[in-house]
Amino acid sequence: MKVKLKIDREESLREKVEELSGENLLKCYQCGRCSGGCPSIASMDLIPNQVNRYIMLGLDEEVLNSKTIWACASCFTCSQRCPKGVNLPKIMESLRQIRIRKNVDIVSVDELTPKERMELPTIALVSCLRKMSS
Amino acid sequence: MEIPYYPGCTLKTTAKNFDDSAFAVYKKLGIELKELPRWNCCGTVYSLTSDDLMHHLAPIRNLIRVEEQGADQVVTLCSMCYNTLAQSNLRIQQNEEERDKLNEFMYKEKVKYDGKVKVLHGLTVLRDMVGYDKIKSQIKKPLDGLKVAAYYGCLLLRPKEVCIDDPESPTIMEDLIRTTGAEAVPFPYANECCCSYETVSNKDIVIERTRMITQSAQAYGADVIITSCPLCEFNLDNRQKEVRKKYPDHVDIPVLYYTQLLGKALGLPLKSLRFDLNYINPRELFK
Repeated sequence: MKVKLKIDREESLREKVEELSGENLLKCYQCGRCSGGCPSIASMDLIPNQVNRYIMLGLDEEVLNSKTIWACASCFTCSQRCPKGVNLPKIMESLRQIRIRKNVDIVSVDELTPKERMELPTIALVSCLRKMSS
Repeated sequence: MEIPYYPGCTLKTTAKNFDDSAFAVYKKLGIELKELPRWNCCGTVYSLTSDDLMHHLAPIRNLIRVEEQGADQVVTLCSMCYNTLAQSNLRIQQNEEERDKLNEFMYKEKVKYDGKVKVLHGLTVLRDMVGYDKIKSQIKKPLDGLKVAAYYGCLLLRPKEVCIDDPESPTIMEDLIRTTGAEAVPFPYANECCCSYETVSNKDIVIERTRMITQSAQAYGADVIITSCPLCEFNLDNRQKEVRKKYPDHVDIPVLYYTQLLGKALGLPLKSLRFDLNYINPRELFK
């Protein structure tokens, strides 16, 4: 007997992020405390609390193509201070992973100049490549 | 007393001044750092996604090396190594299913790891095992008059489950500074991130952060900044040359590892403190 399974729709970005991060995005009430303490905010196009909101609103492309997810330095300041206990670094990492798992490299060793390769300490190269390359 | 020591990638390369000075300082204080055999890089960052177990293998393998030594604790000096090892260890302790899976991945290891090793940071060893009173009694050349700002950065303090002190108002490094006779200068950027690995992908933000952090420390009167992370040290020390290029009015401030400062106060020979490897020459400070 043949059984045909029909999937009605693809998993939404919100579902993917919730699965990868283990976080409930609905907990966020948009107080903005995460953005208030973020050290990287100057190089972001969406501020951290907007990332949550955009995912909720289904603005998938805007989030996945934002500079913000690559500007996050995973310093855990936002999750330390969030009054609702939302772990935003995990959400940011999920978004990076969704991109990276499609073989997207934001940083590649080949593009670094010989001078940069000489100058940068191992710890910087390993951590950056872990976060920003497939 | 002997403790297994996990150096991590950078302490054996560009942060040799941290490694060498730590060996000398801890030895002087009665703690023998015994480098782990066959250690591997921990991956420097803790993987945050729920399905990414593979990246916890590297840190856990190092903890297996500790158990193979018959030891139940390991000390590391780098903040990023400490954070990665401690968070992976916590994950193994709290999640039995993942623990079994990880052990299955590592079926060739003789030890089945269950999270029993205690991961310590060099600063907590000084506070809890040596004790500040003992350090004070060993100070040969007090750093009277020197004003020191302690820069914690992010990963010694966050997330709070692995924090070595209070996550928002830590004092562990200030207390250490005071044992040397120097004055600890609190400043508002002490536990603000320097933007870490963005130094590779987005140097500009690190230049801005370095400027804010170093100028804030100076505004509060500091002569020198101390840290315990080779990446913070690189960003705050080396990147000041780029700050100076962009903002010609910038005044340099030396950045040291806490072991270098302590070593100086303990009267250890200069060659073991390796000030030659710090980008901004700190030797002027001690004239």
